[in-house]
Amino acid sequence: MVTRLSCISTSRIGPLPCSDEDQRYVTILGQLTWAEVSIARPPGLCYSPGSTVPEDPMNRPTQTIDDVVIRFAGDSGDGMQLTGSQFTDTTALQGNDLATFPDFPAEIRAPAGTRAGVSGFQIHFSSSDIHTPGDAPGVLVAMNPAALMANVGDLKRNGLIIVNTDKFTKRDLEKADLEVSPLEDGTLDAFQVVPVQLSKLTKGSVKGLGLGSKESDRCKNFFALGMAYWLFSRDMSHTRSWIEGKFQSPYKEANLAALEAGWSYADTVEVFHSAYEVPPAKLPAGTYRNITGNEALALGFVAAGQLAGREVFQGAYPITPASDVLHHLSKYKHLGVFTFQAEDEIAAVCAAIGAAFGGAIAITSSSGPGIALKGEAIGLATITELPLVIIDIQRGGPSTGLPTKTEQSDLYIALFGRHGESPTPVLAAQTPGDCFYTAVEATRIALKYMMPVMVLTDGYLANGAAPWKLPRLSDLEPIVVEPHTEPEGFQPYMRDPETLARPWAIPGTPGLEHRIGGLEKHDGTGNVSYDPPNHEYMCRMRAEKVKRIQADVPDVVVDGDTDGLLVVSWGGTYGAVRSAVEQARKQGLRCGHVHLRWLNPFPANLEAVLQAADRILVCELNLGQLAYILRATYLVDAVSYAKVQGQPFKVSEVLARIQTLSA
Amino acid sequence: MPINEDPSLPRVTKKDFMSDQTVRWCPGCGDYSILSQVQTVFAGLGIPREKFAVISGIGCSSRFPYYMNTYGFHTIHGRAPAIASGLKLANPELSVWVITGDGDSLSIGGNHLIHVLRRNVDLQILMFNNRIYGLTKGQYSPTSEQGKRTKSSPLGSIDHPFEPCRVALGSDATFVARTVDVFVKEQRAILKESHDHKGASFVEILQNCNIFNDGAYADFTGRADRKERCVFVEHGQPLLFGAEKNKGLALTKRLTLEVIDVTEDNLDQVLVHDETNRVLAGLLSSMRGPLPVALGVLYRVERPTYDGAALAQVAHAKETNTQDFAAALAGKKTWTVS
Repeated sequence: MVTRLSCISTSRIGPLPCSDEDQRYVTILGQLTWAEVSIARPPGLCYSPGSTVPEDPMNRPTQTIDDVVIRFAGDSGDGMQLTGSQFTDTTALQGNDLATFPDFPAEIRAPAGTRAGVSGFQIHFSSSDIHTPGDAPGVLVAMNPAALMANVGDLKRNGLIIVNTDKFTKRDLEKADLEVSPLEDGTLDAFQVVPVQLSKLTKGSVKGLGLGSKESDRCKNFFALGMAYWLFSRDMSHTRSWIEGKFQSPYKEANLAALEAGWSYADTVEVFHSAYEVPPAKLPAGTYRNITGNEALALGFVAAGQLAGREVFQGAYPITPASDVLHHLSKYKHLGVFTFQAEDEIAAVCAAIGAAFGGAIAITSSSGPGIALKGEAIGLATITELPLVIIDIQRGGPSTGLPTKTEQSDLYIALFGRHGESPTPVLAAQTPGDCFYTAVEATRIALKYMMPVMVLTDGYLANGAAPWKLPRLSDLEPIVVEPHTEPEGFQPYMRDPETLARPWAIPGTPGLEHRIGGLEKHDGTGNVSYDPPNHEYMCRMRAEKVKRIQADVPDVVVDGDTDGLLVVSWGGTYGAVRSAVEQARKQGLRCGHVHLRWLNPFPANLEAVLQAADRILVCELNLGQLAYILRATYLVDAVSYAKVQGQPFKVSEVLARIQTLSA
Repeated sequence: MPINEDPSLPRVTKKDFMSDQTVRWCPGCGDYSILSQVQTVFAGLGIPREKFAVISGIGCSSRFPYYMNTYGFHTIHGRAPAIASGLKLANPELSVWVITGDGDSLSIGGNHLIHVLRRNVDLQILMFNNRIYGLTKGQYSPTSEQGKRTKSSPLGSIDHPFEPCRVALGSDATFVARTVDVFVKEQRAILKESHDHKGASFVEILQNCNIFNDGAYADFTGRADRKERCVFVEHGQPLLFGAEKNKGLALTKRLTLEVIDVTEDNLDQVLVHDETNRVLAGLLSSMRGPLPVALGVLYRVERPTYDGAALAQVAHAKETNTQDFAAALAGKKTWTVS
């Protein structure tokens, strides 16, 4: 990791040349956290004599660093998610690679000031390629004692804490279950603390704009954001125009004033040793946007409709963390998407099945509890062999569980959660942007093989954001849909010899009138059949259809060593596991990484890949569901690394497990 | 979108709507009559066969689609209204008919029934009410009378029953009608009316299960009793009944209905049926002995349909929103890496 010196200007220039001496100096520093850098170097030293660095027009001492993890934490009502997403969008526009981790409670407004109500937003941004939102933040912005105490344990040693000291009254401390202020009792000795009277300063900045005391206080997240923007040399224009478009007067003016005041405060009061510059990452050429998993998923279905030239029908019922898929898709009516907010989860899937019968690209999106309710209807789509995509944005379970937290514990229900012999293809997205391609692929398979397909993502992917290179529709393979129209010789359960798909005979087509339903069908004619051998034949037929999808499933590729420790992951843990394996290999450990996109059917070469490995470690956010399935399917001695805490893997956790198994 | 009623198309007959499947209801079941009336009415609507879809749930009545030579879908218990809604929205040109029973629509599927009526999706919902679970061989249903002894209520049912038409009215249905399986002429007329209504039409068909609940409606459907025990309501006409039309329904000061003997002098006291009056519809649908049973279109009003509004919204969005797919993909902000 080489860090280069530069200086920022308002016109946004890239990294600038600097002297060899400085280069060496910062190369060493690059191995420290950025916060340690700020201690190691007194302010002002970043301007190396004789370099061609232009003056910072704001005359700020500025250093260039490579990688930052910052976490904003406050009450659920403090606007931390908004602050985090503004910082994210701005950072994306500055060309950094990034990954985010919003972490918030299920309660919309838990009792103010309590630890239960703490909402956090972590962003990892970098001048190089990154895959996770970062294990430990180097900077924590804490709006109250509860937020401070709930998060300080995660902070890096010597990390920076920007804390709102106006929220440390006796009453505030009590709400956070504290007797003594952590600002005074030595709790924070290992960190650099920047105490800021955020509430008071914010009120001062919006004075005269006609806001009441409470309303003024609510602008303090923008004050904090302004400070963070100064600290990391972010361009504020995106947030300025966002505020202008989002708020009415006088809140617009107040939020803008708080934002500017935060920047000016950081600039004037010299609370920080210096500001930091994180140069743009060297991403592949193209046009980028910042995207969350749920946004990407929604756009993937819009794309599928365009590629297939058919209308998209979504049946959905509000549920965390899947509601955003409904919110996003409901904006695309002009692109041929109809969203149906049903009376319940069952109606949502059933309406989608009706739409599939009627010739639409049919999808239904939910999370674990909703998927459980949809089970019977998915069985109906299975036996009637209708194209349907079911999306499960996984969250912590069972039951209501941890609605806002991430988990991968729905693999079993995706694979097995229906009565009868009811095989279902299952695939899982691995990054926020990949949710787009997963949606397209699932739709393609559902239509090609005429069957329901299950897509798994999770709360981490759904709400997490990352820069995403925009695809062009013309670069994507068209989805070929050929509904049956020929009455001659038509039978509802006649089959394509290759895929075994039955024809899509859409109501309204003359001469193809036929009946389908939940009762077992005779193959070919589709007539109700209780014939014992026919039932077994049909059960095997439906299983065989899933198996044949393997022709469309690419082989897995091992990243690293194929004959050492093989680390297996699936879904949203991709980034953490990949990073851990990369680090382990840098440490000289013999290991490789294989990430599964398809969970049913598995890729054709998976067995050979597993057999070639010396040992197998399966990392997943459940109690070992994939490990169990791999052991059962391939008779391999897969070791499970399971975590079910509602939190994603840290890279260090996976790395430690790899090190243990490699020892 | 209007259903294709092209007069140049060949005229279809009842036989065209009979499928090649053997009908497997019990001999003597009221469903046979309903099947026959539906096939007859379909043939007279001037709609090509491929434009019909018959969607059912689970239960004896729900085997119906297999016997209709149209598009059909025998779905899962209680969910037919939801599946039919999706079908109608995806394929608005279809004439979509939901076949359901008292258990299917008022017990396991109660939620879907009330919401499809509230939304006013343009469907015809034919609810066969035999006041018993037939396919599962004789348990009390949500319309079974209190005290009824069945396999699952050997000491008598303690459940208070639903009055289906009142459930429909309470769900803001725009078309609520009641008929009887064996009242062939009246039933056909109501099926036609339900089709002509734009919106969700709820038709309760009182249907006899001669195996598990025989004679459930015998007290007013027998040939001898019909005229004395039923009032066939007609919009704008006085609510008269009896073989000589000498009995009428009048409103008491307590806002309840009573039967009066009608003479030339008191004819003006007889209520005139107003199918747009929901209070009256509620009173009529609740009538049981000694009051006559009300049959016919109890309630009918115009209200924009859900599917119509959906189509209009999509059409408006397509007309006014010029954002193309590439722009949607790009979102609000992009940057370029070269």
